[in-house]
Amino acid sequence: MQNASIFVILVSSILVNNFVLSRFLGVCPFLGVSKQVDTSIGMGMAVTFVMTIAGVITYMVQYFILVPLHLEYLQIVAFILVIASLVQFVEIVLQKISPTLYQALGVFLPLITTNCAVLGLAILNIDDKLNLVQTIFRSMGGAIGFALAIVLFAGIREKIELSDVPEPFKGFPIALITASLMSIAFLGFQGLV
Amino acid sequence: MSKTKLQIFTNGLYKENATFYQLLGMCPTLAVTTSAVNGLGMGLATTAVLVLANMAISLLRNFIPNKIRIPSFIVVIATFVTIIGMVMEGYLPALYSALGLFIPLIVVNCIILGRAEAFAYSNNVIDSFLDGLGMGLGFALSLTILGSVREILGAGSIFGFSLFGASFKPVLIMILPPGAFLALGILMAINNKYKSRKA
Repeated sequence: MQNASIFVILVSSILVNNFVLSRFLGVCPFLGVSKQVDTSIGMGMAVTFVMTIAGVITYMVQYFILVPLHLEYLQIVAFILVIASLVQFVEIVLQKISPTLYQALGVFLPLITTNCAVLGLAILNIDDKLNLVQTIFRSMGGAIGFALAIVLFAGIREKIELSDVPEPFKGFPIALITASLMSIAFLGFQGLV
Repeated sequence: MSKTKLQIFTNGLYKENATFYQLLGMCPTLAVTTSAVNGLGMGLATTAVLVLANMAISLLRNFIPNKIRIPSFIVVIATFVTIIGMVMEGYLPALYSALGLFIPLIVVNCIILGRAEAFAYSNNVIDSFLDGLGMGLGFALSLTILGSVREILGAGSIFGFSLFGASFKPVLIMILPPGAFLALGILMAINNKYKSRKA
């Protein structure tokens, strides 16, 4: 991973190691906010936005603050605080700069703090010892992969609403089985990189 | 609160089981249950954090201002997760490396923040302790069940002991990512069926 090219990183984080379907990061919003395509697009965009910025900022926190001061063991506490304040910050800035985008993303932003994909990505980037450019593309790729999965999943769930599902499977069980089938499809990308 | 101590404890074990009824903490549930041992280990680690965080937040509830309670909760939880992570790395290195990334991710497990907000912030220490223990053990139980099902089908063993001998051909897909979604979906449907028959 250390010397991988940008293209390989993008493909592998969007398709092969899709954050939701093969790493199980961000499953909560994936199941919770995927009843309609519109809301899932909003959530996907909000996550893409925050994850890309969070990836870069946590990289800087790790290498410019924690490592020089030998405080690596505070990584979890530091990262979660960075992410929580980043989400708040993005919310305030968006409200000022682009009220339209803020309206579109509004309700989804606070939910992102507890999206484990964001913290997971930050820690994975450090564990894999990526450099700054690779971090940016891994973050973007992971986020796009999340958005892709949630929008596709919402599309399928809208169809399921109209079909005749056996009583005990109504609601979440059928959604989980759908996710399982999608995950099998994404397994097909294994070996691509 | 008119609930007895026993009711507080058993509430999380089955009636409001975090995995099957509230659908909280899905990420670790699906990711680490490739075997019964991993499921149990993750469940117990989460229980430890949940109990400690619940007690700490309950003790601090009169000092934490209402407006910044969520960030305060997260800092308390993150501290305990760091401690538990270090303890596990020291004493259970094999389990620690098997669970990997999902140890630090206990921080963002919505069960813990959810109990802090819904229970510990407004109840005394003993009740919070019992609530944390019940919820945590309920979570550990679900994870162990899911881990056992996947391990039996996917590897033909349980807690590492081989069940069917060498002639058994494991259903490999059960320990791959799709198997996690599939197994949880079917377990949940069975549970629904059981519940509707009882009602």
